[in-house]
Amino acid sequence: MKRSLLLAMLLTSSLAPSARAANEADYKAAYAAAEAASKEAAGMRNQWTVTVSALAAAKKAADGGDFDRATAAAKEAEALAKASIFQATSEKDAWKAMEIR
Amino acid sequence: MTARIHLLLGSLSAALVAFALTSPRVIAADKVDPVADAKAFQNFFFQKFPNVKHEDFVNGPYSMNEDMKRQWQEKEEFPPYEFALDAGKEMFATPFKNGKTYADCFPNGGIGIRQNYPYFDEKEGKVVTLELALNRCREANGEAPYSYVKDEMASLTAYMAYTSRGELMDIKIPDDPRALAAFENGKRYFYTRRGQMNFSCASCHVQSPGERIRAEILAPALGILNAMPIYRSEWSGMGTTSRRFVTCNSQTRAVPLEPQADEYRDVEYFLSYVANGLPISGPGARP
Repeated sequence: MKRSLLLAMLLTSSLAPSARAANEADYKAAYAAAEAASKEAAGMRNQWTVTVSALAAAKKAADGGDFDRATAAAKEAEALAKASIFQATSEKDAWKAMEIR
Repeated sequence: MTARIHLLLGSLSAALVAFALTSPRVIAADKVDPVADAKAFQNFFFQKFPNVKHEDFVNGPYSMNEDMKRQWQEKEEFPPYEFALDAGKEMFATPFKNGKTYADCFPNGGIGIRQNYPYFDEKEGKVVTLELALNRCREANGEAPYSYVKDEMASLTAYMAYTSRGELMDIKIPDDPRALAAFENGKRYFYTRRGQMNFSCASCHVQSPGERIRAEILAPALGILNAMPIYRSEWSGMGTTSRRFVTCNSQTRAVPLEPQADEYRDVEYFLSYVANGLPISGPGARP
């Protein structure tokens, strides 16, 4: 019983931070990370339109004071930008597999 | 001990022979060979669609679908690009403020030369497309450049293509490593997947020509630029080769490059070269 209670407390405490509402600092950190990844993708000439849209949505939500939504959109933008970087990197050689020979 | 040395030497010689036999193939595979590439490219489509006449590939989706072809042939009696063609003819003949015309910028007065574009400019070390040459002509004569994607540029290229109708695409790749690199870069761009949809140009126009993507029938990559510029019902207007590339990129959810970016110029060079020997059919009309 004691053990279960301890586990439940640990679980609650580990989930607690994510349940907290995002603040401006969270948004700024998430946006900076997303922007850096997005710039890297653009430098590789492989920016995705959805990354640009997610970044714009993050900024719009932050301007309206909705930092939960802004942080979520910034994190989505970062994930999309990282996927586009992965695509550009793997396609450096992978394109040859599609070539007509 | 001697037997061991003999065995070792024997294995080493066998390995060297095997390496010598296989290495030329490796080198050949990496060497840029536009002639072999064009042959393989054309053969791929000729074998995939044995019932399509070779010169018909330039008619895009109409070469893939009989019903569409009949509709198109009827539409060609009053083609939707006709206004652009007339406008282009007039613009082409109208002098710039300095009294010169487009004819002064091009070989043969700009008439019947579409099949030679794009070309590799050895002085600049880059590919020059017809659209780029037209804007350079304007700027050299003190005029502002046109948008690369529609309206005036489409009208001008429509008229120039019309004067070349039936001429066979004749793109040259000079013996210059920069020209070979441009061709290879264009090939790489054509086959590289991009955008959130993870599509390359080849995903649609090599793997799936003749198949439907939503309501549209995909055109084969072979001869796809011979019909440019085109009137697209989807656009409710004319579009240039630049517009086609930009739109394709957007459709795969990739941010398009700037019109006439090196990559676009190179992919135009690649696609035009592999269509050598097929007739110019532009301006075209597409759904």
